[in-house]
Amino acid sequence: MHPQKPRLAVFKFASCDGCQLSLLDCEDELLTVAEQVEIAYFLEAGPADSSGYYDVGLVEGSISTPHDAERIRAIRAQCRYLVTIGACATAGGIQALRNWGDVEEFAQHVYARPEYVRTLATSTPIADHVKVDFELRGCPVNKHQLLELIAALVWGRTPRVPRQSVCVECKRRQVVCVAVAKGVACLGPVTQIGCEVICPQYDRECFGCFGPKEYPNLISLGRRYQRDGHDNGHLTRLVRSFNGYAPGFRTVEKVLAKNNHSSSPQPSE
Amino acid sequence: MTPPPAPGSSLWMPKPALQTLIDRLRADGYDVLGPRMADGAITLAPLRSVDELPRGVRDEQQPGRYRLTLADDGGYFDHVVGPHSLKPLVFPPRTTVLQVLRVRNGWEFRTPDPPRPKQAVLGVRACDLHALAIQDRVFLGGAYRDPEYAARREGLFLIAVNCARSAATCFCVSMNTGPAVTGGADLILTELANGFVVGVGSARGASYVGGMGERPPTAEEEAAAAAIPQRAAAQQTRRINTATVHDTLLNNLEHPRWAEVAKRCLSCANCTMVCPTCFCSTVNEVNDLLGTQTQRERVWESCFNEEHSHTASGAVHPTTKSRYRQWLTHKLATWIDQFGTSGCVGCGRCITWCPVGIDITEEVAAMEGGRA
Repeated sequence: MHPQKPRLAVFKFASCDGCQLSLLDCEDELLTVAEQVEIAYFLEAGPADSSGYYDVGLVEGSISTPHDAERIRAIRAQCRYLVTIGACATAGGIQALRNWGDVEEFAQHVYARPEYVRTLATSTPIADHVKVDFELRGCPVNKHQLLELIAALVWGRTPRVPRQSVCVECKRRQVVCVAVAKGVACLGPVTQIGCEVICPQYDRECFGCFGPKEYPNLISLGRRYQRDGHDNGHLTRLVRSFNGYAPGFRTVEKVLAKNNHSSSPQPSE
Repeated sequence: MTPPPAPGSSLWMPKPALQTLIDRLRADGYDVLGPRMADGAITLAPLRSVDELPRGVRDEQQPGRYRLTLADDGGYFDHVVGPHSLKPLVFPPRTTVLQVLRVRNGWEFRTPDPPRPKQAVLGVRACDLHALAIQDRVFLGGAYRDPEYAARREGLFLIAVNCARSAATCFCVSMNTGPAVTGGADLILTELANGFVVGVGSARGASYVGGMGERPPTAEEEAAAAAIPQRAAAQQTRRINTATVHDTLLNNLEHPRWAEVAKRCLSCANCTMVCPTCFCSTVNEVNDLLGTQTQRERVWESCFNEEHSHTASGAVHPTTKSRYRQWLTHKLATWIDQFGTSGCVGCGRCITWCPVGIDITEEVAAMEGGRA
């Protein structure tokens, strides 16, 4: 079919490896993937051909050290398409909590000899450092979206990754809304679809693993939850998890504080 | 054997007969669905026994809020409409409409035969029957009939129930769609303390009654049954002025209220997903890695999503304001121009299941100039 199979590379930065594992988790499809693309560099799976050019580089993890900030530039130069996979690479990950804290203080508590640790004050998404061609959200990414991405690469089309709310999928599956029926603060209405609504199906709220949906209205949703008695601390912690540093979620604390002092129209009773 | 009752006639039947009715439908190969309590709501779910019905359970509904309350006694149908409507039974949220296979000399196209399930639904309300009639016009009217909808619709057996109460979010009276069932069902139940008054809505419905302890209703029972939906109607506080809404909305396309509601609207699409008449879908071509198979999948879509109005030059409705305006004006105004009826049946689901409680009746009232 192809004169030359596309060369695929998988790179890891600050992350838990879960997103790379999603590729290995494609058990039934894995042999087909290996037939359709040349897996040239994927340390976790074995291949380590670092000789140069890749058609697509999948990047997992965030930038949290000076060394990684350099390394991502070199990788960008080697990849025709650079695709970030997962919450760490697309939004900075759970480790981006440091962005609101004091890294030096954390290091003092955690490491016996913190002076050996060379780290940045922040954990940032890959796109803050180099141009990213496409992103796959999620903590971890969805296996089907990953396969869709690879199929799109093989067949030369744009991957289809919807950006609407988690609610759309809850309703397609006829899952009862936990926010409306239980009064739980759920991030579904501001979170991007892709997780197959695992949490609401198990009677839990959405934790925002796929990051902000297109136009997330945190102000209005936050105001509703505040009105229902959820305190700002709880709501801030809910939003500041895997995707807390994503642009649509980053300002949650300010949004909630502003809501408290705002005279803008209240949702109707 | 006495002949079956004629459509239009009514009977009284004892409460245990409901189980016999379910058993008869199941014996005839129907999957019986009915109201069942699950996940904090009255859902529409498979039903084998009347013991599974939410007896004495009431739903308290407010904008953005739904809670159940339990009473020791009470009827089988003390609740009103929950999050689920008939929509997914006839217009499934996800379905394959075309399969394409790579063969030696090209491609082979296959249209899958639509499934033909026999589904009987117990407890359907007047608003949802009206919604189904609207869907019939959308999917079966005109030159293009939807084959899957047609097949599923044919297999639908409907046992309606007259509402005994209204939720605070109900406004079917103003939409002229309830709460009394006026047609569109095979059987119509009104629950009394000692039994049901059963209206026979179709010949098919008639074939399922008889031999279950029925008798003609007394005049008192007839009067009591007629009073029940009237009482529910009297409880309604919300309304839409159907005489003026069409022109009000279309003459106010630049009203400041659109921008104001857009500040509250999450553009999350919940209103359209729970709406029993919203029919938008998208089709995705899903191909495998080898490129040997492609499926065209149809999934529920919403005018609140950017992709819904995506064109080569961008989204036609790029902002929440224009999406909300598109939804409301279509639902209540241009739907009439398109299909000859309103797209709204006053079930109130969009009010209850909106996470931030945006109230369609209040938005219309604001456009009317009552409240800005």
